[in-house]
Amino acid sequence: MKVLVPIKRVIDYNVKARVKPDNTDVDLTNVKMAMNPFCEIAIEEAIRLKEAGNASEVIAVSIGDKACQEQLRTALALGADKAIHIQTDAKLESLHIAKLLAKLVEQQQPELVILGKQSIDSDNNQTGQMLAALTKRSQGTFASKVVVESGKVQVTREVDGGLQTVSLSLPAVVTTDLRLNEPRYASLPNIMKAKRKPLETIEASTLDVDLTPRVELIKVEEPSKRESGVIVESVSELVTKLKTEAKVIS
Amino acid sequence: MKVLVIAEHDNGQLKAETSKVVNAAVKVASSIEVLVAGHNVSEAAVSASEIDGVAKVHVVDSAAFEHQLAENTADLVVEISGGYSHIFASASTTGKNILPRVAALLDTSQISEIIDVIDSDTFKRPIYAGNAIATVKSLDALKVLTVRASAFDSQAQQSPCEVETLSFDVTNTLSEFVSIEQTESERPELNAAPVVISGGRGMQNGENFALLNGIADKLGAAIGASRAAVDAGFVPNDMQVGQTGKIVAPDLYIAVGISGAIQHLAGMKDSKVIVAINKDPDAPIFQVADYGLVGDLFDMLPELESAL
Ligand SMILES: Cc1cc2nc3c(=O)[nH]c(=O)nc-3n(C[C@H](O)[C@H](O)[C@H](O)COP(=O)(O)OP(=O)(O)OC[C@H]3O[C@@H](n4cnc5c(N)ncnc54)[C@H](O)[C@@H]3O)c2cc1C
Repeated sequence: MKVLVPIKRVIDYNVKARVKPDNTDVDLTNVKMAMNPFCEIAIEEAIRLKEAGNASEVIAVSIGDKACQEQLRTALALGADKAIHIQTDAKLESLHIAKLLAKLVEQQQPELVILGKQSIDSDNNQTGQMLAALTKRSQGTFASKVVVESGKVQVTREVDGGLQTVSLSLPAVVTTDLRLNEPRYASLPNIMKAKRKPLETIEASTLDVDLTPRVELIKVEEPSKRESGVIVESVSELVTKLKTEAKVIS
Repeated sequence: MKVLVIAEHDNGQLKAETSKVVNAAVKVASSIEVLVAGHNVSEAAVSASEIDGVAKVHVVDSAAFEHQLAENTADLVVEISGGYSHIFASASTTGKNILPRVAALLDTSQISEIIDVIDSDTFKRPIYAGNAIATVKSLDALKVLTVRASAFDSQAQQSPCEVETLSFDVTNTLSEFVSIEQTESERPELNAAPVVISGGRGMQNGENFALLNGIADKLGAAIGASRAAVDAGFVPNDMQVGQTGKIVAPDLYIAVGISGAIQHLAGMKDSKVIVAINKDPDAPIFQVADYGLVGDLFDMLPELESAL
């Protein structure tokens, strides 16, 4: 079984994003970038499927400018067999990404596509579901457990009320939640080896997808600041303040 | 302009979020219809018909929709989408699962988790874990969006509007429901409770979460948790508050033994009043807290319970 893992280069999760003074966007100059944490979980799951003998090949793919090859190399160092870079400098929406990925799915015919449930920059939580729709596949979103068995994949999903398990016919699309696994670190020898693994580049423009923007970014602002609070000395002072000052309890 | 709101329900009952999604919808258009798709949903449908501003409720009642699986529910929404200018759903795990599938099938870019409506095609939404607020304008003819319910008020009640039953034959050959492990709780739901008390890694284990029970009882509070507490297995996943868990904005949020990572703050910093209990005076949670209490939670919690 071939597994395709789309990954995204994003701001490092430890870094707090700052808004540009002209309010046009978030300022990413000289900001530490990394693989989106949910994508790391997706790569890890694909590699585990391969280690367990359930997958034959793991292909990582990233869409973006040249810089995202750094994250593809990381994916190769973690254990992906090959990488595909869909090159574009355009600012893309989830729908565009899903359409480009759908073209790749058509070419590569992976039985399983595993992606992160959301990226921590745009926080959209759309791409996997859209890809499933465009490729007419089943979807198992927010996965905390993935079990592959004869022609099916069982996905346990983190939902608002608890855990829901669904059985999907293959081919399928799965999106990862935080508790699916704990991603490994790439070892130095594997980082060296990754340099020799194949990384193919495809120009997005050759994939025949209309990448015209559908959403216009008007402005980006800082969220409203909270007034700074006070440190209270005791539990009784806290309770008094909550009753008489904040008036949130009676 | 006409908005279709996908109702949030558990078959038996309509979820309070639906009324808040309608509240967002009335800011966009005057004509609002609601779709209730599920199994044995007549009571939920009546509740939907009583939300002020709703002109019509469409009901699809079939075992095929009992678990609201994305594959056939999306097909259903696409089937009835003609004539609407907007499709809204709550940014719950159900809405997040189904709506992007609908958007892709209708070839429209979805706008996720709006917190404000500027006009019928312009919306505000948080990005980067809420560290920035983007104003975005949809250029698509049909707008598909999810709504962060905690950012909107509930609608008033009205006398019931028309409820129409649709039949829609679907076979879902792609996916099948296997089981649900529901977290049973007598407490109010996290995203509907006026008070939320959450525990973090500082709670040390699951048993210690019992220290929050008495306080929650007295305040009518829901109990939440940080990711660290969920990952460590102290409490179930559906209690996680944060960027990738539940977003809450209660009148009072009490964070106990939680450091205040960006990702946790993303889920609670719009609460009206925030209280933090932490033994580390430098914990970042104190930067967003209205009232901070520095000390050992194992001393503070019993004291708090008896002081209430
Ligand atoms: C992609 C991604 C998504 C994430 N999503 C979320 C999310 O949705 N929600 C979320 O919460 N996190 C999320 N996180 C994790 C987040 O970054 C933090 O790791 C997490 O919030 C930390 O939880 P914590 O505050 O309970 O633990 P810690 O950071 O370990 O803090 C524990 C706190 O308890 C205090 N403490 C310890 N003992 C006591 C005591 N006896 N009395 C008083 N205080 C005590 C300590 O001083 C400390 O401040 C996410 C991370 C990533 C990478």
